[in-house]
Amino acid sequence: MKTIQPAPVRRSVEVKASVERAFEVFTSGIGSWWPSTHTIGKGKLKTAVIEPCKGGRWYGEDEDGATTEWGKVLVFEPPGRLVLAWQISAEWRYDPDLVTEVELTFTPVAAGLTRVELEHRHLERLGPKHAEMRASIDSPGGWGGMMSLYAAAVERIAGR
Amino acid sequence: MANAQQALTALADPTRRRVFERLASGPAAVGDIAAGLPVSRPAVSQHLKALKQAGLVSDRPEGARRVYRVDPAGLGAIRGWLDQFWTVALDAFKEEVERREKAQVEKGKGK
Repeated sequence: MKTIQPAPVRRSVEVKASVERAFEVFTSGIGSWWPSTHTIGKGKLKTAVIEPCKGGRWYGEDEDGATTEWGKVLVFEPPGRLVLAWQISAEWRYDPDLVTEVELTFTPVAAGLTRVELEHRHLERLGPKHAEMRASIDSPGGWGGMMSLYAAAVERIAGR
Repeated sequence: MANAQQALTALADPTRRRVFERLASGPAAVGDIAAGLPVSRPAVSQHLKALKQAGLVSDRPEGARRVYRVDPAGLGAIRGWLDQFWTVALDAFKEEVERREKAQVEKGKGK
């Protein structure tokens, strides 16, 4: 059977800040900017957390205090590089056996200007093996959660 | 190639979503799906057609029946979705970094 190899998702953004600040806000400060719609928890997302060290957890915390794992920190090299394990399946649930990688690089472009590049790779691992094995979509935080998240993203983009 | 927008549009219809969810629990033919839902066979066929166009399901003949299943190539839709996801996240990140940087500069001026 042919393995489907989707290209990695690549995005980049330039921010008017030093490399150090950009890295710090992305990691320790993730709770201050992570969109509250971007969650797989059952409740309303209160904050997002990246523990600032290799092996650290990456998770969401709901307003009721419940936490939901999203992945972990694979590489923590301030201020230039961060690799996160995204362990959320295509059914929008945490799966400890699944690892896709999200790499962030922070590069100085000029004084007070930083380019942040993101690559989300190994997306083929989100593919049919997992999809067929774990296809109960009715669970809380399943497809419905993914759809509302996605709809919010589209609305936001369309609203510009 | 199906994109995330198509996938969203295809699943916006609640009945169509139920058809998709039914397939997520295992491959099925039109008749099987219609039997489990308060929808006619022709209506189910129409929904399957839309899901197929969006890259969410695929079909193949098995004997006299045509069996539908969740399409692995729906990965295209997942990829498109993640692309949007990160665009929104990075925009929010940029906004926050620059807000902080600006606050810092203004604080510096005030001294």
